[in-house]
Amino acid sequence: MRLSIDHRTTYRFTEPQARVVQLLRMTPRNTHDQIVADWHIALDCDARITEGQDGFGNATTILYIDGPVDRIDLSVTGEVVTSHSDGVLHGTLEPLPARLFLRDTPLTRADAAITDFARDVIGDEGGTVAALHRLNHAVGDRFTLARGRPEPGLAVADAFTRGAATPRDLAHVFIAAARARGVPARYVSGYCDRLEDNRPAPHGWADAWIEGLGWVGFDPMLRRSPEEHHVRVAVGFDAVGASPVAGTRMGEGDERLDVAVSVNAEG
Amino acid sequence: MGTQAFDEIMGPPEREGARSELVDLCHWLQATPADELRRRQEAAETTFRQLGITFAVYGDSDASERIIPFDIVPRIFLAREWARLSEGLIQRVEAINAFLHDIYGERRILREGVLPEDLILGNAQFRPEIAGIRPPHDVWAHICGIDLVRTGPDDFFVLEDNARTPSGVSYMLENREAMVRLCPELFSQFRVAAVDSYPDMLLETMRSVSPRGCGQNPTCVVLTPGHYNSAYYEHSFLADSMGVELVEAADLVVDDDVVYMRTIAGRVKVDVIYRRVDDDFLDPLVFRPDSMLGVPGLIAAYAAGKVAIINAPGNGIADDKAIYSYMPEIVRFYSGGEAKLPNVETWRCREPQALKYVLDHLDELVVKLVDGSGGYGMLVGPTASRQEIETFRAALIAEPHRYIAQPTLALSTVPTLADSGLSPRHVDFRPFVLTGSKGVKVVPGGLTRVALKEGSLVVNSSQGGGTKDSFVLMDDANAMTQSMGGMTQSIGADGMVQSLGNADLTREVR
Repeated sequence: MRLSIDHRTTYRFTEPQARVVQLLRMTPRNTHDQIVADWHIALDCDARITEGQDGFGNATTILYIDGPVDRIDLSVTGEVVTSHSDGVLHGTLEPLPARLFLRDTPLTRADAAITDFARDVIGDEGGTVAALHRLNHAVGDRFTLARGRPEPGLAVADAFTRGAATPRDLAHVFIAAARARGVPARYVSGYCDRLEDNRPAPHGWADAWIEGLGWVGFDPMLRRSPEEHHVRVAVGFDAVGASPVAGTRMGEGDERLDVAVSVNAEG
Repeated sequence: MGTQAFDEIMGPPEREGARSELVDLCHWLQATPADELRRRQEAAETTFRQLGITFAVYGDSDASERIIPFDIVPRIFLAREWARLSEGLIQRVEAINAFLHDIYGERRILREGVLPEDLILGNAQFRPEIAGIRPPHDVWAHICGIDLVRTGPDDFFVLEDNARTPSGVSYMLENREAMVRLCPELFSQFRVAAVDSYPDMLLETMRSVSPRGCGQNPTCVVLTPGHYNSAYYEHSFLADSMGVELVEAADLVVDDDVVYMRTIAGRVKVDVIYRRVDDDFLDPLVFRPDSMLGVPGLIAAYAAGKVAIINAPGNGIADDKAIYSYMPEIVRFYSGGEAKLPNVETWRCREPQALKYVLDHLDELVVKLVDGSGGYGMLVGPTASRQEIETFRAALIAEPHRYIAQPTLALSTVPTLADSGLSPRHVDFRPFVLTGSKGVKVVPGGLTRVALKEGSLVVNSSQGGGTKDSFVLMDDANAMTQSMGGMTQSIGADGMVQSLGNADLTREVR
């Protein structure tokens, strides 16, 4: 399947900024099941751009932007050819051992309610394919889909008490529950064509480690494993660690962020 | 216990009179009236106060700025004792460097099952963010402070490794300066290795690890969190004595993966940063996003090999409490031999045999929580009540993996000027070890901390501890180095280290 991606991000500052430095995790890598045919990161202002890789194996881009600047338009466009994979990852760059992803973070710390939920769903089965699919369904079934942008800093324990959840929050619940049962799990940010156009955020789902199989993707929003409809971009302990942009700016005032993501399948 | 301790000047408890090598020092102590010693000690403390060598006591609003009490009686290492100790320190620091290189690279030590994987991967001090980055010249722990205790002439034990940003070197230098001024007669009587070349050694270390392609004159800076930090005096002192800029994060800017310092003459490229800020506050793009102290892009510049950061980010995994008990295995794994400098014997209660031993000897041991701090969750067997011991027994059986146990040690003492005159007090020691691209050097001196309260084993400055100067004696074989001044002192120290093949020094240190 050929997925074309258009991801636009606009920052508007109420005061001109003297300097902006941003770390982007916005470049997908080739894997066994996704080939990046074409990829561009375009910026509407002067910047020095360098490329690298972080400790998790994500491709990174650093933007060094000199001010005064009161608006940044960042446009990421590209085409990725995907193949059917049953959710099992092949050919991903994995510099870190899977068991590292048993570690929790402030955003993904399971409270008693999530721990109980995980025990009810997974029981003593641990990280088997069947148990994790059960978890994937249980998480997806528990919430209605929230359409807005994910609320910054929302911890999974708070998200778990609500009726509606964004894809990010669903993934966080899956991750926290899996780790609570001793299954390494991580956040994946990327794109999926099964969502409506002009979404206010990229998509997010989870990977879980299954002994004997390796990393396997789980998308609780779709209640299935990612197949050819998904493009992986970055992984991390949680959505912040895998987020497309981490930025700092030097200057007064507030910022406003607008994001529009469209993913379309061509054949 | 205090009465049975080895005294570093007077010798073992049963001995009459001073250790034979230190008879002259004992004479000096006896010949100098206590009032005179006290006068000199007060003169030193006045100077420290004027210089502003103070520290802040957390949680004490009355005395936010204090000086650490200084004791006029020096602590002395004989040349052969120092040579043996240095050999152990070098081996340990080389192992720490090799461990960091491995754990952020191939992780051979985990694959070969020497350390439990969870001990590293589940430890917050292991920073996956910087995994895969190789620091310039593969040096990680440029400046180490290894905390030691002593129980006999050659019996040293490591209490703690400090591989992040160990402080205290300014006390080593200022204490020496005060001693040279106030007790000059000691320096004509004893051949004491000089420490005043430390800033030169540090600068040489920094320059040696500058990224390739920086030319002959790399730009080095000291990065401080700012003047409200309790060690700010040391930061400014070191920058000043090395003749390099003292900067805060706001003075640095990264552009195109290159670090620059803002100056009135414009941007100046920076090649080596001796940072005295924690990892969390280095770069908000990679570590704590809310950090106002960081330099955005610094880790990108570091990953691109454009700047050296001293000490390397991520070093906390090497000096973490949970790792400590595995240091003998770590040293053996990387050096191929037994650790010359032992840990304090530690029983890991997660291991059934160790647990059995601990349960059988609770009244003799100190039992600690692996993840506890500040004395919380600790059993001191010899002074505990029967009830306390039984409570701990139950806790140990329930959750053995959370506990370690250690013997209670008879820490060495050094005569110290107390209200009633000279009296033995317990000491510990922090030597400083520098690693550059050309190898490892032990600074011939260090920071001696002394528990000023009689019988106390607590040397922390926040709890009534003081400091002493630490003399390292040079033997006669090194006579020529004395007259050559500054630069050669480090050579003198190396010479001693290299002369270690001697038959009398080959006894294996446990």
